[in-house]
Amino acid sequence: MPPRLLPAGDSALIVEFGDGIDVRVNARVRQLQRVLDALRHPGIVETVPTYRSLMVHYDPMALGLEDVEELMATAAEGLTEDAQDAPRTIEIPVLYGGAAGPDLPDVAAIAGLQEQEVIALHAAGDYVVFMLGFMPGFPYLGGLPRRIAAPRLPTPRTVVPAGSVGIAGEQTGIYPTESPGGWRIIGRTPVRLFDSRQTPPALLEAGDRVRFTPVSAREYDAIARDVAADACRPIVPAESGNP
Amino acid sequence: MSAIEVLDGGLLTTVQDLGRVGFQRYGVPVSGAMDDWALRAANRLAGNEAGAAVLEITLVGPVLRFGGPGVIALTGADLGARLDGRPVATWQAVAVQAGAELSFAGARDGLRACLAVGGGIDVPLVLGSRSTLVRSQLGGHMGRALAAGDRVPVGPRDTTVEHAGWRLPRDIVPMYGHTPSIRVVMGPQADAFTDEGIRTFLSGTYAMAPQSDRVGCRLQGPPIAHRRGADIVSDGSAFGSVQVSGDGQPIVLMADRGTTGGYTKIATVASVDLPRLAQAAPGDRIRFVRIDVGAAQNLLRAARRQLDRIGPDETAADLATDVFEEDSAAPLAAGGYLALADALVVELAGGDSRPGVVRAPMPGLVVSVAVGPGDLVAAGQSLLVVEAMKMQNPVRAPRGGRVSRVLVSPGALVAGGAPLVEFDGTAPRRD
Repeated sequence: MPPRLLPAGDSALIVEFGDGIDVRVNARVRQLQRVLDALRHPGIVETVPTYRSLMVHYDPMALGLEDVEELMATAAEGLTEDAQDAPRTIEIPVLYGGAAGPDLPDVAAIAGLQEQEVIALHAAGDYVVFMLGFMPGFPYLGGLPRRIAAPRLPTPRTVVPAGSVGIAGEQTGIYPTESPGGWRIIGRTPVRLFDSRQTPPALLEAGDRVRFTPVSAREYDAIARDVAADACRPIVPAESGNP
Repeated sequence: MSAIEVLDGGLLTTVQDLGRVGFQRYGVPVSGAMDDWALRAANRLAGNEAGAAVLEITLVGPVLRFGGPGVIALTGADLGARLDGRPVATWQAVAVQAGAELSFAGARDGLRACLAVGGGIDVPLVLGSRSTLVRSQLGGHMGRALAAGDRVPVGPRDTTVEHAGWRLPRDIVPMYGHTPSIRVVMGPQADAFTDEGIRTFLSGTYAMAPQSDRVGCRLQGPPIAHRRGADIVSDGSAFGSVQVSGDGQPIVLMADRGTTGGYTKIATVASVDLPRLAQAAPGDRIRFVRIDVGAAQNLLRAARRQLDRIGPDETAADLATDVFEEDSAAPLAAGGYLALADALVVELAGGDSRPGVVRAPMPGLVVSVAVGPGDLVAAGQSLLVVEAMKMQNPVRAPRGGRVSRVLVSPGALVAGGAPLVEFDGTAPRRD
């Protein structure tokens, strides 16, 4: 099925591959982005992948709508149905519970589980980074076990520390920088998810797989020291291929 | 000129260029000038590249001292600029001497001015841009708005071109005014609205809410009906996306918008009209008019071509004396607003014990009232706080006196120029 082309004003076009949240739809979005990245068309300003569509920002001084539509239709023709790239898997060390994860007891109570069971479930599987948004470097992750889904806080916190790992409904995510927020915080990672001095500035990108690894307070502190000293670009043992 | 010294930051003065392009895929907002046409014009006048960094000045301007001789150009809103105390022309390149002071007497038309300096504002590039995103402390001058004591670096100027005296032809100087029609391209999610909802959107009048800021212009008017709710699976946002959330009220996403969003977007403002939206003040009224993509692109191309008309004025002979405009004792545009000082002086001038009225310097929301009837207040004392564009602005007594009546209470929305506090003729306390 060819994607829907939806103009978003006079300088952007949305190329939409589906309606819902679906790993295969998202893979096609990223595949089109790679095709366009490789094309390096001077009239294409930048592209932004989201769950089910790619937003193409273009320069209307250089391209008309028909030009862009034609370009997208041609680029989309080359996409294969099984657009499985070899995703990176990135491990995120997390100190769960305590002061780092003040809402872990509530999440456990809501699920009717022990805290250790919540941690084990959260750290069990791989998550897909569907997109980044909301704030610089913030990943929208798919794959949270339903068993530990939990509603947002009735009153959002005014300050959520950088690195906080939270749950909101069936989503889990990581706050790259300190911000107000209403997600239930179950832990914190010492790694830096966003650093404007780095290229690229975000640790994660759409299509990555993420695995959470429980760490002790001592391990957390050791990694935090390395990160603070810029001794390493926040981690990471990256492996290729699907696990 | 090597630097600009900031004596007073004003309400919200930030470094902006054409934005942080290429990093939206990492969740990094574009930012950049709210009024890109004004930025392009300012840079062309000052002899800079189109995308050089400028200072974006919001409503109540800063006080700046230039560290060396150079060329400046002020475009966008007319905020009553003064160079060494004398009114100075906008939309024109002006030569300044070392030590010259730029200040602003108060807004006369529009909301945001661009100040370009020959050589451009030379703060470090962050992810390819000098634009400030205050929310993320990214770029600009230390990631924040300018404040007293700052020294803002200026780049080397191309001295082979003498731009002083260049101007934008008067017939194309924008008049922002009020009740502008804003042209939109429908979509990307126009199909998420009922036919009635679309009709409401295209026929209603919407007022700019005081909560509007660089992220979005919040509008208030007849609610726009969805077919099945306001939520969608998050997708990309554009400069000008008209998002309609569950309450049916539209928000036009502006320069500091998030890269993605989960609300339906009924339409997208044509790029050519974004500057007029950026210049609309809280309380201003807006109507949306539908056009197609091709028409929007043609309008934008025509607007960009207009910038080519910037150049030496035909009447170059009087330029030396024409840099300064006559001081404006002219009445303000209907519905316009005054800067604080002007507003207060208008009705209170001429004697300490005469009755007078303190008026709202800008449209906004009264947050708190610090005085009551009978109170004796000193000159400069804060009377109440008015919030506009998420900034809290104290309204101060222009002189000492006794409060006879307080005409507003916390929570009230006030128009620009609305009376807030009355003074009676009682002899004021001397300070």
